[in-house]
Amino acid sequence: MSQFLLVLFSLVMPFTSSNEVGDPYTVGDKVEDFNLKSVDGNMYSLSSAKNVKGYIVVFTCNHCPYAVMYEDRMNDLNAFANKNDFALFAINPNDPNKVPEDGFAEMQVRAKEKGFEFPYMMDEGQKVYPKWGATKTPHAYVLDANMVIQYIGAIDNSPRDAAAATINYVEKAARSILLGETPAITKTKAIGCSIKTM
Amino acid sequence: MKDFLLSVFLLLSLAASAQWTKLTSYDKYDEMAQEYMDRDDGYTYVINYWATWCGPCVKELPYFEQLLKDYSHDKTKVILVSLDFPKKVDSKLLPFLNKHNIQSEVVILDDPKSNIWIDKVDLSWEGAIPVTIIYRGEKRVFWDGEFDTYEDLDKLFLSIHN
Repeated sequence: MSQFLLVLFSLVMPFTSSNEVGDPYTVGDKVEDFNLKSVDGNMYSLSSAKNVKGYIVVFTCNHCPYAVMYEDRMNDLNAFANKNDFALFAINPNDPNKVPEDGFAEMQVRAKEKGFEFPYMMDEGQKVYPKWGATKTPHAYVLDANMVIQYIGAIDNSPRDAAAATINYVEKAARSILLGETPAITKTKAIGCSIKTM
Repeated sequence: MKDFLLSVFLLLSLAASAQWTKLTSYDKYDEMAQEYMDRDDGYTYVINYWATWCGPCVKELPYFEQLLKDYSHDKTKVILVSLDFPKKVDSKLLPFLNKHNIQSEVVILDDPKSNIWIDKVDLSWEGAIPVTIIYRGEKRVFWDGEFDTYEDLDKLFLSIHN
């Protein structure tokens, strides 16, 4: 019986792992809109931002030290977005059953403490982050007005020391989009916390 | 004499309880890599990137300690590359190593140019920790994520070591 189950399992596994979400997005892909609940209790989609020139989506969370180091910079990024007709969305991809600190009520507390004025949403059921191919927090995406991804990666080049950052990759990509150009840097890498699942 | 013995005893017990007092910190990945990531000396190297702030990393650490115990006599080196923040080394990392009596080699990597060095570890790595590299000479494997069991780590290790 156990052998039968093993065979069954090995038959099913490859399909569930590869076909569940299809290939995750990469630069140049148009994304499917999401509809997620933010800390203010309202549902938000990319399309709920009207007449914008682009979108910034950051997968982030409460518990990860690297995400925490960017909290103030998220507010700066939101100020940049507002000024430049971009819309910023933050999504917590972690399963709160695995990380209680990343629960919805805890997100509300953090958003209030830090004065977030952008949607900070829970990826309920963890359905969004796999499609986007997010692997860690923080993990940032910049999209043009047509919801096509133009940049994936780090927010800037100095996680631990905001003052030492010499390139803000996200703002740089957004500025290129505003000029109707393709960003010079479309992908970067940074250390972060893995996305937590049960 | 009694005082002398007492102080010897105190010194010894202090030494035993605080095995870890300082660590080598590399602010350039290439220098760390030269030392640990690119050796060809017949040893099997197990290199784990971790941090005390990373839950899954801490959880799998005993597997690496076990691996060291099982194979240290057999041309094997286990190196734990800590990505802990410099200001947390004294307050968190060293106490952690002492508390858990860590026997593996531990070094700190503090290279801010992560956009460059992450690709050097492995092109497929996005930057989430933990990750593990096991290599011997030209044989090399990259493991993205944590090990669920010691057996998983042991199996991967043997695929390179044997």
